[in-house]
Amino acid sequence: MYWRQSLVALQTIAHKEVHRFLRIWAQTLLPPAITMSLYFVIFGNLIGPRIGPMEGYTYMDFIVPGVIMIAVITNSYGNVVSSFFGAKFQRHIEELMVSPTPSLVILAGYVSGGVGRGLLTGLIVTIVAAFFTDLKIYSVGVLISVVFLTSVLFSLAGFVNAIFARKFDDIAIIPTFVLTPLTYLGGVFYSISLLPDFWRAVSMANPVLYMVNAFRYGFLGTSDIDIWIAYGIIGVFIILLGTLSLVLLHRGVGLRG
Amino acid sequence: MTALSLQNVTKTYKGGVTALRDVSLDVPEGDFFGLLGPNGAGKSTMIGIISSLVERSSGRVQVFGYDLHAQPWEAKTRLGLVPQEFNFNGFETVEQIVLNQAGYYGIPRRRARQRTERYLRQLGLWDKRRDAARTLSGGMKRRLMIARALVHEPPLLILDEPTAGVDIELRRSMWQFLREINARGTTIILTTHYLEEAETLCRQIAIIDEGQIIENTGTQALLNRLSSHAFILDTTGDLERAPGIPDYSIEQLDGGRLEVEIHDHQSLTDLFRVLAEHGITVVSMRNKANRLEELFLRLVEDNGSGDGRDRTDEPPRETA
Repeated sequence: MYWRQSLVALQTIAHKEVHRFLRIWAQTLLPPAITMSLYFVIFGNLIGPRIGPMEGYTYMDFIVPGVIMIAVITNSYGNVVSSFFGAKFQRHIEELMVSPTPSLVILAGYVSGGVGRGLLTGLIVTIVAAFFTDLKIYSVGVLISVVFLTSVLFSLAGFVNAIFARKFDDIAIIPTFVLTPLTYLGGVFYSISLLPDFWRAVSMANPVLYMVNAFRYGFLGTSDIDIWIAYGIIGVFIILLGTLSLVLLHRGVGLRG
Repeated sequence: MTALSLQNVTKTYKGGVTALRDVSLDVPEGDFFGLLGPNGAGKSTMIGIISSLVERSSGRVQVFGYDLHAQPWEAKTRLGLVPQEFNFNGFETVEQIVLNQAGYYGIPRRRARQRTERYLRQLGLWDKRRDAARTLSGGMKRRLMIARALVHEPPLLILDEPTAGVDIELRRSMWQFLREINARGTTIILTTHYLEEAETLCRQIAIIDEGQIIENTGTQALLNRLSSHAFILDTTGDLERAPGIPDYSIEQLDGGRLEVEIHDHQSLTDLFRVLAEHGITVVSMRNKANRLEELFLRLVEDNGSGDGRDRTDEPPRETA
């Protein structure tokens, strides 16, 4: 392993990826800011006061962490899946395949881009949220670690999706039919304590629920679940998806003839 | 030293089509090597395997003695590829594309910038460095891919149809550039459909057909095998028909133009003398076709695949 050269390669891919989403900021950074502002206006300001407090907090305070998490998840995933599939589609992924860049470095570079965009959009939505409510932070450590690890997890998931994708439809199916239902049913807009036993049990099988609740714990100090279980689930998914990504890259699945 | 060594390389695609059959090939260091073959013969598959874009089914590839699979870093840093099709991100600038490629090879930013400037200047692209690559002309895009392939200064450069679709003037300047880097020590492997290009540039030529190397020898040795040459003669006057001259195969093309086949034991001086005796004066003459082209067609026909069909036994790569 050539550590110094690999580090340069990693910096190059990460820089390229960050530069890509910044260059097209109107497509990458602006939409989540506008969409999430609408959530805050409609659910927080207009409907929220009629709903009343949730778990002892105003409805606006309750939904803010989940809404930020939606932006982080969708943007981390979306950045990697579109960038890597785009590189496959336009064939400039061949620049990397011809080069000696190790698979781990390629993966880490693309994940860096996903995490960069996920965290930046998360920060933008947090700033927008600050205009609607007085944000309080219960645990900075939990907040940062959960949002970072979640962003890594969904960047890896986007990478796996991009590897298997053969056409543009393939990179829209998972976000539309899997990711969106999981995030919206992941306790963003309600506490699962409101659900009947059966649906509460079903909700517990949704991994996004654990991430949203752990993130909410970082803001409010309250959660429907034990946050250590959330860390465990995130960790297991990162290991599984990371290993899968490396095996697929090494074998050249979807890349080599 | 052998720059590139292929040992018993075979490639069978998932559909069962075998594109390469037990190919072995050695390219010596410093060579200017031509790889010729009809469409679908296996050239692109071979280059794909050497450049890690295609997975081989069996066999071994070594670059300057380093095994491509066991020592990928050592092997890949010694190899540069100019592919047949444009494969850069058209939204990135010319400079960014070359700089990024240097980064993938672990070249620190400052050195990468120096080399990027050097190669973009050498290839006449420095003024275009801030332009998005998609806005370049076809010839500029080809030169960009050459600059990108050279930025890590590989001792082995593979060019897959580098002058396809390039105008004559630019083609000549690219030939000159390739000759210069070859003279400085870079081993070059070239695939081309322009046989004049191979004849002009390459010292060694391999011909691949139906996944097998059917010829691998020096360009001159290959050309020496031609036992006859065909010439087109422009003569004065309007001939009624081709003169019947014993021992010479002469055909009238139109008006005053004749096509003549000269064998090794014959001479042009004798031909002109005999034509003069028939009252025919030759004003100018030229080769009917590129000599290598004649030989190439003959070899491929002998191998049983010279039917002129554009075979498609290589499946298109996946969506990439």
